[in-house]
Amino acid sequence: MRELSLHLLDIAENSISADASRIVISVREDLVADELWLEVTDNGKGMTAETVAKVLDPFVTSRTTRRVGLGISLLKQAAEACNGFLSIDSELGKGTKLTAKFQHSHIDRMPLGNLEDTIITLILGTPAVNWVFFYQFNDQIFEFDDREFKEALGDLPLSDFRVIEFVSNTIKDGVQEARNITTKKGVVYANH
Amino acid sequence: MPTIKSIDDLKRLREEAQKVKELRDQTGKTQIIVGMGTVGIAAGARETLKSILTFIEEQRLPDIILRQTGNIGLGGQDPVVQVILPNAETVTYGKITPAMATRIMEEHVVKGNIIQEFRIEA
Repeated sequence: MRELSLHLLDIAENSISADASRIVISVREDLVADELWLEVTDNGKGMTAETVAKVLDPFVTSRTTRRVGLGISLLKQAAEACNGFLSIDSELGKGTKLTAKFQHSHIDRMPLGNLEDTIITLILGTPAVNWVFFYQFNDQIFEFDDREFKEALGDLPLSDFRVIEFVSNTIKDGVQEARNITTKKGVVYANH
Repeated sequence: MPTIKSIDDLKRLREEAQKVKELRDQTGKTQIIVGMGTVGIAAGARETLKSILTFIEEQRLPDIILRQTGNIGLGGQDPVVQVILPNAETVTYGKITPAMATRIMEEHVVKGNIIQEFRIEA
């Protein structure tokens, strides 16, 4: 995969497969500490320690285990190649939290890519899940919980063109605003 | 219809939509499903889905249900797109690029003509 956003989409698909009803996607860019954090937290069925060990090992993952995340080992390798790590905290019946950390300025770090499209795909394509998207750029935070907006929709489908427009604009503007405000303040970044 | 800027706008839109719904016959909706497994994502399924969303938005198409799902289970055919017109059978398309998805929207979803050369056995 070419973008971390595509990895996020893939990790979130695992949460959907785990029958989660609420999934929180968190992306934090801290240019002062030179860190990039990705987190996907769900309330799905969770995994045993054995399964967690399995999905973290690329050599164990085979076609038959693909449903529980071929992509996780790929993301783990990508994080470790950038002075980071990937960890999974999971409990059967409770849910799973996956965390990946990267050195933000690492030359091998994949670009974040099109974060907006990943979030829009998840929100609009999986109506049954309550999505929470948290984005932080240095000290600026954008948060979108789709619960209120879905309640307001009622019978109107998520794929109504006006709804698509609304969600796309909200996510795009939110992320861009968080990035712009920080830039305008003229913060000096440690890695520049 | 003005652009939606707030939750209140959405609520108004919902009320309007309900009125229209009551007036109209229950003709059903078109369903479009995009496979979004690991392989699909790596093959560009997100961009394919985005092009479908963009088409719906730009053409202001009503009555479409778009969903994404995990692996559809057709190895080597990703990105996979399925179209189900009201009262019609499921048509499965394979290796669908964003440009091909736009054509499926124009030909199949809008005009009702299945594009045989994109079709795969499901």
